[in-house]
Amino acid sequence: MDWEALALSVRLSLWTTGVLLVVGLPVAYWLVFARWRWKFLVEAVVALPLVLPPTVLGFYLLLAFSPRGLLGAGYVDLTGRTLAFSFEGLVIASVLYSLPFAVQPFAAAFASIDRTFLEASWSLGASRGATFVRVILPLARRGILTGMVLAFAHTLGEFGVVLMVGGNLPGVTRTVSIAIYDQVQALNYDAALRTSLLLLAVSFLVLAVTYGLQRRVTAAWPLR
Amino acid sequence: MGDDHTRPTVWRWATLALVGCAIAARAVAPATPGTRTVAVAAAADLQFAMAELVAQFHARYPDIAVTATYGSSGNLYAQLSQGAPFDLFFSADAEFPARLAADGLTVPNSEVVYGIGRLVLWVPRGSPLDVQRFGMTVLTQPAARRIAIANPTHAPYGRAAEAALRAFGVYARVRAKLVFGEHIAQAAQFVQAGAADIGILALSLAMAPPMREAGAYWEIPATAYPSMQQAGVILRSARDREAAQQFRDFVSGATGQAVLARYGFTQSTE
Repeated sequence: MDWEALALSVRLSLWTTGVLLVVGLPVAYWLVFARWRWKFLVEAVVALPLVLPPTVLGFYLLLAFSPRGLLGAGYVDLTGRTLAFSFEGLVIASVLYSLPFAVQPFAAAFASIDRTFLEASWSLGASRGATFVRVILPLARRGILTGMVLAFAHTLGEFGVVLMVGGNLPGVTRTVSIAIYDQVQALNYDAALRTSLLLLAVSFLVLAVTYGLQRRVTAAWPLR
Repeated sequence: MGDDHTRPTVWRWATLALVGCAIAARAVAPATPGTRTVAVAAAADLQFAMAELVAQFHARYPDIAVTATYGSSGNLYAQLSQGAPFDLFFSADAEFPARLAADGLTVPNSEVVYGIGRLVLWVPRGSPLDVQRFGMTVLTQPAARRIAIANPTHAPYGRAAEAALRAFGVYARVRAKLVFGEHIAQAAQFVQAGAADIGILALSLAMAPPMREAGAYWEIPATAYPSMQQAGVILRSARDREAAQQFRDFVSGATGQAVLARYGFTQSTE
């Protein structure tokens, strides 16, 4: 059983979810409330990771993360370390890969808020920021929770992108899905089965607890 | 967005696109009945040499179509042991074919050693690392921040690379710099993309056209790692056993060996 890999996956998922909360909420807000005729282009970009195979995203990231690449060179200048094959690199990759899984539920929740509440808040003198924090966020909390859970779960089960940019370093980039893959390849089927079962149990537990706490059943993938 | 009156148009376009795809798929499918086929599962270090072997074989036997799929030998073994529909397996070692034989999944006595793999240090063009001058000790230089090798847990080239590092007494010093490719071709991709600074790769990849131009290599002395005899074997489930045998014999025969030699596989000693 590979506890180190599981712990790494959980840590990666937590970081990814946290970053997506900070980045995803403003993006979703902008997508719902901004008026711009080319907005659909941004929507398409946000949804791209749903369509692109992880190998494509992973390959682009590998080139971008290399010390010769744009992102990688900047990171080396800043920290003296390379972004490829690092935990930070995986966080960036996971944030991009799970972006639509967080942003779409966020945006769906924002869009379903009755606009009269917002207009009431604004006309009573609350700023847009205050309205966001005190009206929109509380009303959209279910959708936000759904987005966070999906981002967490999606990162936990991530495989292709990590395989492309991770480099399989124990405790740094060897996530639980990579560890299982290795065990299968090394013909270590017993260990693979045990680790798989553990991942299955953890994933189920996370989802069950979340949906249990939400009680009223909301669609995991709300349609607009 | 999503106004009701636009829906039918969207559906019409989607249907049209699907029909178009179906027609295109039919057009490219090579299914002329009567054509004999051989499906080959090959180790990742073979991917360039195999393309040429397949082309030359096809020129001589136009009625047999050979298709090749590449992966790490360990992964291919796992798939084959679960009945993956391949006729012929070219591994990067002799152990996986022997295991398949022991599992009773191969045609008895169909194993053949087709070449011996060799290891090189490879750096991309413009690298500050001078592999020809410093050899293995170049790995301990600070400019070698990340060293790509194949995963030693299941890739034969990874195991050989680790053995070579130990033989040169640098393993302990470079261990923290190692990154692991799923198979030798991915390790090569890490270095070529610039994500790793240097790699311990297969000579067959370093000599292949896309990489020959893109970098420089230094061959690691064969005494530094256990001999990498690479064997091929015919699967018992082969649909056209005779065609599979023909391709195997072609690869281990004079023409095939000449192609493999050009891609850096030492001739087998047999």
